[in-house]
Amino acid sequence: MNLQNKLTDLKRQALSEIEQTETPDKINEIRVHLLGKKGPITEILRGMRELPKEQRPEVGSFANKVRDELTNAIDEQKEKIETLLTAKRLENEAIDVTLPGVPVKTGTPHIIMQVIDQIEKLFLGMGYQVVDGPEVEEDHYNFEMMNLPKDHPARDMQDTFYITDQILMRTQTSPVQARTMEKHDFSQGPLRMISPGKVYRRDTDDATHSHQFHQVEGLVIDKHITMADLKGTLAKIAQTIFGEEREIRLRPSYFPFTEPSVEVDVSCFKCGGKGCQVCKQTGWIEVLGAGMVHPNVLKMAGIDPEVYGGFAFGLGPDRFAMLKYGVDDIREFYLNDVRFLEQFSQKG
Amino acid sequence: MKVSTKWLQDYVDLKIDPAQLAEKIERTAVEVDEEYRLADGLKKIVVGYVQSKKPHPDSDHLNICQVDVGQEKSLQIICGAPNLEADRKVIVALPGSRIADNVKIKRSKMRGEVSEGMICSLQEIGFAESVVPKEFANGIYFLPNNAQPGDSVYSYLGMDEAIIDLDVTPNRADMLSMRGTATELAAIYDKPVHFSHPQVTETAAEKTSDLLQVTADSTLAPTYLIRIIKNVTLKASPLWLQKRLWNAGVRPINNVVDVTNYILLDYGQPLHSFDYDQIAGKHLNVRLAHDGETLQTLDEQERQLRPGKDIVIADQQGAAALAGTMGGLRTAVSDQTTTIALEAAVFDATRIRQTARRHKLHSEASTRFERGINQKTVAEALDAAAMLIAELGDGQLTKGILKAALAEPQDVTVKISLDKINQVLGTNLSVASVKDIFQRLGFQVTVAATDFTVVIPPSRWDISIPADLIEEVARIYGYDNLPATLPTSVLTPGHYTYQQRVIRQTRQLLESAGLDQAISYGLTNNKKAQRFMMEPSAVTELSFPMSSDRTTARMNLISGLLDDVAYNVARKVENVALYEEGRVFYRQADQVRPREVEHVAGALTGEFTPSTWHEPSNGIDFFTTKGIVEFLLKSLGISQACFVRGDSHEEMHPGRTADIYLGEQFIGFVGEVHPAVCQEYRIKRTYVFELDLQQIIEAPKQAELYHPISKYPAITRDVALAVDQTIENAAIINCFYDHGGKYLRSVQLFDVYQGKKMAANKKSLAYKLTYQAQDATLADEQVNQDFERVLGRLEAEFGAVVR
Repeated sequence: MNLQNKLTDLKRQALSEIEQTETPDKINEIRVHLLGKKGPITEILRGMRELPKEQRPEVGSFANKVRDELTNAIDEQKEKIETLLTAKRLENEAIDVTLPGVPVKTGTPHIIMQVIDQIEKLFLGMGYQVVDGPEVEEDHYNFEMMNLPKDHPARDMQDTFYITDQILMRTQTSPVQARTMEKHDFSQGPLRMISPGKVYRRDTDDATHSHQFHQVEGLVIDKHITMADLKGTLAKIAQTIFGEEREIRLRPSYFPFTEPSVEVDVSCFKCGGKGCQVCKQTGWIEVLGAGMVHPNVLKMAGIDPEVYGGFAFGLGPDRFAMLKYGVDDIREFYLNDVRFLEQFSQKG
Repeated sequence: MKVSTKWLQDYVDLKIDPAQLAEKIERTAVEVDEEYRLADGLKKIVVGYVQSKKPHPDSDHLNICQVDVGQEKSLQIICGAPNLEADRKVIVALPGSRIADNVKIKRSKMRGEVSEGMICSLQEIGFAESVVPKEFANGIYFLPNNAQPGDSVYSYLGMDEAIIDLDVTPNRADMLSMRGTATELAAIYDKPVHFSHPQVTETAAEKTSDLLQVTADSTLAPTYLIRIIKNVTLKASPLWLQKRLWNAGVRPINNVVDVTNYILLDYGQPLHSFDYDQIAGKHLNVRLAHDGETLQTLDEQERQLRPGKDIVIADQQGAAALAGTMGGLRTAVSDQTTTIALEAAVFDATRIRQTARRHKLHSEASTRFERGINQKTVAEALDAAAMLIAELGDGQLTKGILKAALAEPQDVTVKISLDKINQVLGTNLSVASVKDIFQRLGFQVTVAATDFTVVIPPSRWDISIPADLIEEVARIYGYDNLPATLPTSVLTPGHYTYQQRVIRQTRQLLESAGLDQAISYGLTNNKKAQRFMMEPSAVTELSFPMSSDRTTARMNLISGLLDDVAYNVARKVENVALYEEGRVFYRQADQVRPREVEHVAGALTGEFTPSTWHEPSNGIDFFTTKGIVEFLLKSLGISQACFVRGDSHEEMHPGRTADIYLGEQFIGFVGEVHPAVCQEYRIKRTYVFELDLQQIIEAPKQAELYHPISKYPAITRDVALAVDQTIENAAIINCFYDHGGKYLRSVQLFDVYQGKKMAANKKSLAYKLTYQAQDATLADEQVNQDFERVLGRLEAEFGAVVR
């Protein structure tokens, strides 16, 4: 048997042995045995010395080829074994992915604050400032500067928590507007502001009344502000809070601090205007009050109503939240039942 | 104001679906509460003629009636009404009918006798109790004798008239009358109005001025008029008048009262009728109440009048009526009355408002006096009323009208330019269309180029300045027709102030730390307001609180949060982690208005994270709570806050509370609520913190700068120290940092042990020290040297022994 035949035999045997190998240890053993210094290939090659010189390159190259083939076969088998083993291990590591995940503990912003945040973002984007003011206010700013003189019907005692004759819990956030108007320097640009915050009324708490609630009032004063601007701005509020498709309608109303004054209805977000329980079959829901700033209010703040004018609006985040989320009792907002608070954790 | 469209039709020709009319009013004039007919929801209710009645054999109050309902056969109906009479026309609900409250009437048997329907009272077919005439209040109603059996009853009773209920705003008092509303609708629809005006015939022989003298202080009553009607017979009003009243929500009483109410609705002019024979001294005087003066009003209440404040109509005996609000019992019209002195006046609005408020006598009349009266129709309304009383009561007017005061109504002139209107509204209206709007409203207009001079009649006393005219143009033109734009002009960027940003970040940080935001009440009781305070302060109290729970402006946030915790715990919600951000109200005794300080506080009880299949629960203790405070402070750039034991808070656990300082400044505290307070709220162990956010906002912040990260390896040393229990960790940590050498990077406490392996009064604190150099690999020897030195120091200073 010549060397080539020996090598061919060896190859055949070895390949079949490799193919049947199932563990990484065994395959390593085969590698050492076959390809090592004491292995059969080396031995056969050692026998080459007995061959005539001219035959040696041919046999040598054949032997190298066999060795390469076996090396490849071993590598391949090794990879195959490892793949199988990995698959088996992963199979063993399988878990019940339907078990619940570990809860992430985060808190929820109060639903009223979420509504206020949305409104603030809208108005910051339109170049308004957010202005805060005192909750314990002077009669002067809360009423008189708002064109509500002492004997005005809208000032009946039962509506207001007085502390002294002149000091009260603010009943609206408009005193912040009065304070801001007084200080504003129009040479630095127009006045655009919203004033969010708590307000207080002398009311008995029940499902629809609360002695404490929130307001966001807005004010724009400039040289050429129109009621059309007010209408466009109000539509933006309605669309931001109640959805892009909402429409608004204005109805005549009366507030001492604006003239003309309007109530603003938004098309029902529940039924789209066809009529349902939420909108009491009218298709419209009253959401806020607004108007063009009364000349007396401007005059009292030292602004010339012949030159400047503007609009104002006031809305109730409590009412917005009640409408939007179907909350039927305003007291829920101030009792802070965790089961209530955590219902409103959705972002975006 | 409930407006009957049928009544309106007398004045303006509107052939418009009532629902559309209501919508138009709402969009153009005033709010509409409701549009309805009294007949809405009713079915098969007809006129019946009671042919006969006989007592039910098995009942002491039921009658068996044979009732003709216009069908071939009369129906047998059982009826229990006490006022049932035969030979009368009644309201019958047929079998299969629907009466009020959606009740269905079926053929039935009552104590063995068949009843084919029901004879109804007005209430049973939907009339409000408050409008049913007294004589029918406890029984069935009798229709007029000419009613046709089988006819639907609705038109007999005015129930088919569409009613539009207006919610009239204070400025539109002109619409608190049928004539005012008709005028408004005529303007909206551009139609003419046609009002009837009374033709006065004075048939009594006497001159009014011979019967009575009237005087008035014209500052109290700018107009005060009296007419006298003699020989009046008091009786029920005719049905047409009753229908108008009950459709307006007013109960018919007798012809005199009904006429005054009718004229009130028609003209918006309140009237008062005196029994002439009861007027002492035959002299009425309008004046302010005297000291100690009292008046028994129609409601039989003896009222203490406010001297110098309440306006009264007085005769020789004293106050006879409280002007504009309620008459006196002594001079009231009664069954015996035959001569009526009828008053029409205008009183000072402010005084009437105060009188109505102080005596709790708000009424249809006082509302109109408060909001204003059409000065032009005071006398006309008086004439119309006097004539109608005479007609319905078979009486005669005496000759002449008594005028104690009579203000001449004044037109008001307002000028406005077209530019101004278009500028304010954002419109492009023409001179012609604006002029047309003014004319439709009944204003006289003269135009010079684009300037309008508008003369406003006394019927629209709410209009006095250009802005008022702009509103008129806007609403008649239609708010729907206004364009919608956004303000354009110099754009200023909108942004939060630093303070507003920190407040909003504080909220977000606490939410990310797992706390829900609470909003509690700013007003609380005196005791709760003054707990957990961070500085001495006087209270800010309401002068007229509504309830004893809400009397005082809060001076801490924790009290409110404990209320919230208690509310939850009482409802079996045992794991609560809440925070609140808001104002507290501190006041120096000599300040009138308190200083409002932004605070933030938290309250936690139960488990912070409840146990799951995956992990055991994580309870709340001092250190969870302190961790939240540390996280908040660090995130807000406050790295130097210092926690020291705070045992001086009355409401806190003295051994488990830390005061928080920023340098010398006290900025808040954290700890466990005192068990006595927890018991009061019926809550378990609760941990709280409260911080003065204002001070945090104002505190200097460390600028964030890049520190290069060392490329060289760090070396660590662990050491456990046995120390006295009273030694605080903070002192040891500080010592490590102060004396640990220049390579010491961090000291971390990783174990605290007290127990069997330690001597009594000793504890073990274990620390990991990390050493690292910025520019070289440290050698063990360098570290060992520093380490030994600091341990020596600790032994010297605290008696710390390495374990």
